[in-house]
Amino acid sequence: MSERIVVDPITRIEGHLRVEVDVDEKGVINDAFSSGTSVRGLELIVKGRDPRDVWAYVQRICGVCTTVHALASIRSVEDALKIKIPRNAHLIRDIMNEAQFVHDHVVHFYHLHALDWVDVVSAISANPAETSRIAQSISSWPKSSPGYFTDVQNKVKKLVQSGQLGIFANGYWGHKAYKLPPEVNLLAVAHYLEALDWQKEIVKIQTIFGGKNPHPHYVVGGMATPLDIDSDNGVHAERLMHVSQLIDQAKEFVNQVYIPDLLAIGSFYKDWTYGGGLNNYLCYGDFSTGDIYDTKLYRMPRGIILNGNLKEVLDVDLKDPEHVQEFIDHSWYTYDGDSGGKGKHPFDGETTLNYTGPKAPFKQLDTDKEYSWLKAPRWKEHPMETGPLARMIVGYAAGKEEIVNIVDETLKKLNLPITALQSALGRTVARGLETVLISGWLRNDMDELLKNVKNGDQTTFDRSKWEPNTWPERAKGVGWMEAPRGALGHWIDIKDGKTNNYQAVVPSTWNASPRDHKNNIGAYEAALKGTPMLNKEQPLEIMRIIHSFDPCLACAVHLTDLETNTTTEIRLG
Amino acid sequence: MKKKKTVYEAAIDHGFNRRDFLKMCTALAATLGLEFTQSDQVVKAMETKMRVPVVWLQFQDCTGCSESFIRSSQPKTESVLLEMISLEYSEVLSAASGHQVEASMKQVLKDYKGEYVLAVEGSIPEDDSFLTVAGQSAKETFLEMAAGAKAIIAYGSCSSWGGIAAAHPNPTGAKPVTSFVKDTPTILVPGCPPISEVMTGVIAHIITFGKLPELDQFGRPKAFYRHRIHDKCNRRAYFDAGLFVESFDDEGAKQGYCLYKVGCKGPTTYNSCAEMRWNGGVSYPIQSGNPCIGCSEKDFWDNGPFYTRRAKIPGTQTTINPDAVGLAAIGLTTAGIAVHAAGTVIKRKRDDKRGEEE
Repeated sequence: MSERIVVDPITRIEGHLRVEVDVDEKGVINDAFSSGTSVRGLELIVKGRDPRDVWAYVQRICGVCTTVHALASIRSVEDALKIKIPRNAHLIRDIMNEAQFVHDHVVHFYHLHALDWVDVVSAISANPAETSRIAQSISSWPKSSPGYFTDVQNKVKKLVQSGQLGIFANGYWGHKAYKLPPEVNLLAVAHYLEALDWQKEIVKIQTIFGGKNPHPHYVVGGMATPLDIDSDNGVHAERLMHVSQLIDQAKEFVNQVYIPDLLAIGSFYKDWTYGGGLNNYLCYGDFSTGDIYDTKLYRMPRGIILNGNLKEVLDVDLKDPEHVQEFIDHSWYTYDGDSGGKGKHPFDGETTLNYTGPKAPFKQLDTDKEYSWLKAPRWKEHPMETGPLARMIVGYAAGKEEIVNIVDETLKKLNLPITALQSALGRTVARGLETVLISGWLRNDMDELLKNVKNGDQTTFDRSKWEPNTWPERAKGVGWMEAPRGALGHWIDIKDGKTNNYQAVVPSTWNASPRDHKNNIGAYEAALKGTPMLNKEQPLEIMRIIHSFDPCLACAVHLTDLETNTTTEIRLG
Repeated sequence: MKKKKTVYEAAIDHGFNRRDFLKMCTALAATLGLEFTQSDQVVKAMETKMRVPVVWLQFQDCTGCSESFIRSSQPKTESVLLEMISLEYSEVLSAASGHQVEASMKQVLKDYKGEYVLAVEGSIPEDDSFLTVAGQSAKETFLEMAAGAKAIIAYGSCSSWGGIAAAHPNPTGAKPVTSFVKDTPTILVPGCPPISEVMTGVIAHIITFGKLPELDQFGRPKAFYRHRIHDKCNRRAYFDAGLFVESFDDEGAKQGYCLYKVGCKGPTTYNSCAEMRWNGGVSYPIQSGNPCIGCSEKDFWDNGPFYTRRAKIPGTQTTINPDAVGLAAIGLTTAGIAVHAAGTVIKRKRDDKRGEEE
């Protein structure tokens, strides 16, 4: 006999996620259901708009992975209109995206995920001198004196004594699944606070090139931010040095704080091997050292791994109608008036909202039927995981030297086989490893930009196809990229200078997907199954696994199609 | 009720000394736009006030406002969280999930009725089907928490005006908080997202002076929304001189000419971007060569297209003529009216559409 456990809201994520699990009498999760409980219908909103404006609308899909939807959108328009952007614009966009990755992954580790492994309250009983010794043994980061950790500990003590615990109130403190010694907990709390301060710095890279963060500005055809080292209003030496310095500081923080903490914390949880899941991995690939159309030059390679078979990397084609499709059999939508049975490629997608769930307030969803505002995307009808683990696995299988090396080195340090990566903790480690690589690329790309400027190339924009009268009557395009949470694709259909149809299939839709037409479960659901829970009242294990994916639900809830003549029908039943 | 510590006591408890505390107060005073001599007021307030309980609800949002909030430079986010407020419920930062975090929210209602601040991010759909949290309707949760709040802060354009979800055709019937609550004092802090120091500045104002900031007729704090971006724009001189960017990355763009002709909405947008700038004063969209999209204005999503200027501007001026500049101001007022008129038409269309759905 199973018992249903509901966790809603899942906090420390972006958006509104509900998880329901069935737990058997031994406390092991034997079934799981992931549900997105909010919808905005942004796809309907971009209908009829100027394609050059759409980046700003769809950027608001998400303010955490702010920037990625804007970039995918302008790439889709540029693909449709065959616009080739200047090399400098490509570099600046990559620098902005790389800064996004580094920011996002560090914030995820400390502020969204760490509290699943770190017991904040336990830090009170730490010996700060011992914390100092540990800190100095794993890193040369200067803030590591016993006095420093004593100060941090006092902050925690006083917070607890004040009776106003704020964000730490009602946490699962003291739960038996927490394994860190108090000293390591104190180290992590100190870096939680330092990372909170640091994260506001790295985003300044986006502010310099895009004017603000969150939600920096982009433009179809390049970048609007002018490079001009001899103008007081251009991006000149001071601005470029500011970016350079922020990059160096970011690399330092990643290598001296994030990675040592990740490995130190990870080493205490090596036997917690749950949360693997599907073993199917999807990457569109990105960070080309040439053109984005030259997939061979991707530093993050494209490919599919099926059933954990690392011997074969399969191809993914975003324009092939058989490759990427979305199903709605367990989602609150209809296709052509029917509630499921078939998949639709994004170019032919449809979004008709059709809520059939229980009326609020409710205790439980009817998970045999429709139970989510997320659709179920599939690659050749296979559910897929996407994100940092997928990128490291696909990169490893594809033999990308940088990726192979860092994965092998790390596994050697932790004394683990490659299969150990296929777990919640492995996903969290993979995220750290790619942050190391990406922060290095950030430096390389900035150096190339500086070199171009030095050689007299300050062009950032191609205006040849800016005016709608230079466009064909009808044009379709796809913009793809790797976003922090995984493979992201935007599909646009432009007709008579307007957005006729728009569709986005985003990383968290893959990962948080509900069941499909064949009842195949999604990545979160698969990862939860088989996990034992120590205390059903305190679902720490669920949090660990779900957080290892870094959910982003506002992203995941479907953005849809817009056939110009289709009326969106909203039925509530 | 628990004995609560003042902000000063909390700061000292957290290992800050009095000198740090005074520095923090001075920085706060600057953020609030006060004279240096007025920082005494800030110090006094901080010495006597407890950490204010805050419940932060997210509805139809993108979490961009929460992200912006944690970017604050003065006061720093750590100071806000550990010394100024006690963030009792946040879907982004709360350690607890599920019924434990729900319990935190209920506890606030019990312990701090009439004392806590309710921060809201995102619009609210009239129909419960489009958003539930913990199986509860978003609207009901909001109404329950709003009734006991000392004040509501509507962070961002979605909770202030309806925002992106309410843009035409508003598929889910998204509405701003003011559509649901009339009798709890409500401060609108629009922007997509708002500037981080504006977000923390509003909280600092409430704590420091023990009262809500003075609001304009729309409910926005005057300290941050009194002027148009255009009024303080670093490119303003080029507007007055009639020197415009014709295309991105052209010679005018490199020289920093005015972006009005490539669609800049700075002349009709009330916000502090040009004054405070973003992310610790580094830049703002116009400074970085991008036309303002007017993200703090009501219905700005339906006032595009973004790269097309919305109204006529006075003829080219090669030198500044005070009389001509005066005329320019009149021209812009007309432009503002034209934009608002366009917005009204779209709004009407949207209302009609909503009527059909119902």
